[in-house]
Amino acid sequence: MATVELRNIKKRFGKTEVIHGVSTEIDDGEFIVIVGPSGCGKSTLLRMVAGLESVSDGEIRIDGSRVNEREPMERDIAMVFQNYALYPHMTVRQNMGYGLKIAGTPKRQIAAKVDEAAALLQLSDYLDRRPKALSGGQRQRVAMGRAIVREPKVFLFDEPLSNLDAKLRVQMRLEIKELQERIGVTSLYVTHDQVEAMTMADRMIVMNAGRAEQIGKPLDVYERPATLFAAQFIGSPSMNVLDGRIEAGEMRLGSAALGPAPAGLPDGPVKLGLRPEHALPDPDSPLRLRVRLSEPLGANTLLHGQLDQAEAPFTACLAGVHRTNGSGEIIPLRVAPEAIHLFSPETGDRLN
Amino acid sequence: MTATHDIGPGPAQPSGRRAAEPPPGMVERRGASLWLTHALLILGVLVVFFPIWLAFVASTVTQPEIARPPMPLWPGDRFFENYREALLSGVNVPVATMLLNSLVMAIGIAVGKIVISLLSAFAIVYFRFPGRTFFFWTIFLTLMLPVEVRIVPTYEVVAGFGMLNSYSGLIFPLIASATATFLFRQFFLTIPDELAEAARVDGAKPMRFFWDIVLPMSRTNIAALFVILFIYGWNQYLWPLLITTDPSMNTIVMGIKQMFPSGDDIAEWPVIMATSILAMIPPVIVVVSMQKLFIRGLVDSEK
Ligand SMILES: Nc1ncnc2c1ncn2[C@@H]1O[C@H](COP(=O)(O)OP(=O)(O)OP(=O)(O)O)[C@@H](O)[C@H]1O
Ligand SMILES: [Mg+2]
Repeated sequence: MATVELRNIKKRFGKTEVIHGVSTEIDDGEFIVIVGPSGCGKSTLLRMVAGLESVSDGEIRIDGSRVNEREPMERDIAMVFQNYALYPHMTVRQNMGYGLKIAGTPKRQIAAKVDEAAALLQLSDYLDRRPKALSGGQRQRVAMGRAIVREPKVFLFDEPLSNLDAKLRVQMRLEIKELQERIGVTSLYVTHDQVEAMTMADRMIVMNAGRAEQIGKPLDVYERPATLFAAQFIGSPSMNVLDGRIEAGEMRLGSAALGPAPAGLPDGPVKLGLRPEHALPDPDSPLRLRVRLSEPLGANTLLHGQLDQAEAPFTACLAGVHRTNGSGEIIPLRVAPEAIHLFSPETGDRLN
Repeated sequence: MTATHDIGPGPAQPSGRRAAEPPPGMVERRGASLWLTHALLILGVLVVFFPIWLAFVASTVTQPEIARPPMPLWPGDRFFENYREALLSGVNVPVATMLLNSLVMAIGIAVGKIVISLLSAFAIVYFRFPGRTFFFWTIFLTLMLPVEVRIVPTYEVVAGFGMLNSYSGLIFPLIASATATFLFRQFFLTIPDELAEAARVDGAKPMRFFWDIVLPMSRTNIAALFVILFIYGWNQYLWPLLITTDPSMNTIVMGIKQMFPSGDDIAEWPVIMATSILAMIPPVIVVVSMQKLFIRGLVDSEK
């Protein structure tokens, strides 16, 4: 069990800087998810914590002591790789016990630990098989088992579920989360899937282009995204962003008034963030959605189209079944003023 | 290993109609066509095998029988006598000695080449050191310098070290191998980086990683190369001819040539033929016994 501290971590490959200074403190036993689009530097950050990549600038501390210069092994971490990276010529048992074997643990102890981890992961029947003879989900569990038996201070996961099919992904997501809660090891988990991030994280780090845009609890990020990027990245379907303005203490979109603006904001242009699921049908509302496409999902219905008052496309997510008579239909929608997010058009930072 | 029957892409066929027929591209043979194919194959085997058969027949008859014009086509009754003579006394030196020499040289060359090239390929692929590409290309360039080209300077060096007429003289100059290094390098490049990283996280130092992971993963490749290199070593002719003047250091391939009579001596053809047959046996044993690994090493690798 351990705390992890990142102090202004930077990474340069040659002259190009790909991580521009990330800082955070991770509590003992916390499950942190690093989420962001492809190429934003998630893996690089994780690999620096693992010790597989050198740190160009800044400091990484595990349990209070600086580990920048330490080999992965000496950092007492375990890593689960995207393609599992199981040793193909070893049995499941040997794969799981390899780290302990190198550390010189007595054979009997290794066997006991492997058996225990295998029971936990429902792998007991497969211990003598080679990875080749396992399904994707089972391989994934072996990779987890290899991490568990070492009893490391920190678990590191790099997109461990991305090679699995959708259904298995949901199941493994639950299993990993459950397991982590049971053994309580501090974990860093990288994914580009915001659903995984929302469901698994105690806290998440939303990354964009080498910067941590926001660090916080999933629901806090959802309810109060700190930047436009975080607002659009978290939540599905993603938030609608429209060009509006504040006039005489009121939020306006084109000719339509959306309600009183939060106190203390000067008049001027703003970016309005409206979540699709916060749009409600309301015959009296001036916001009128011209539907181009409707996606009935059963539990809810996605309507894609354009508002009369704005250029940008708009998506609404209405609860339940909603039968439309096709393209061109006009639906008046209302969004509660307190559910509207305001962002600065220049910096993209949150205003309210 | 799964067998694929597609020989080529073949013309696209509407599916369904031909469900029970073989996939497009594979030509199915029936009746006369099948017999013809087999007849041709058998004929081919006979053509290839015939000289070997003649050699075997010649090794089981007496000298006068060979010299008399219609060459015998069926084995005689001198099998044991001829082979005993070849193995125990030979012409210049007992064949048993030459077989032993050849065996030591072939195994020495094969094992030496494999060890050296495994290690150098490992260094080139997994370590970043100054001049890495330079060294790789230097090794690669030596591909263009077969033994025959560098034979004179090599001879000087070996003679200078006093290694004439010794196993080390037979083996060491032939060990450095660009081909094997290159093949292992290509194989190592196909091992995912994450495997090396997983081993690093597990605490394996480089040589431990080599020993525990790279080596076992390369075993089919090693077997395939062993077969090829064993035969390469076994068939060496020019080099042993140059550096072994003492008959007791002769290898079998050069030894056969040495048995040919010079001037007016009478050739002991039955003994020479027996020697030839004996010379073929070890490579055949190596190929046959390692056939399965050999083919697996050439066609797929365990990853
Ligand atoms: N060895 C390297 N040399 C140079 N640039 C690199 C290297 N490794 C990564 N990068 C760059 O660093 C950036 C971040 O890469 P990284 O692999 O961390 O992205 P990621 O967020 O994990 O993306 P993905 O979701 O696709 O895995 C990318 O722009 C990539 O091109
Ligand atoms: Mg990545």
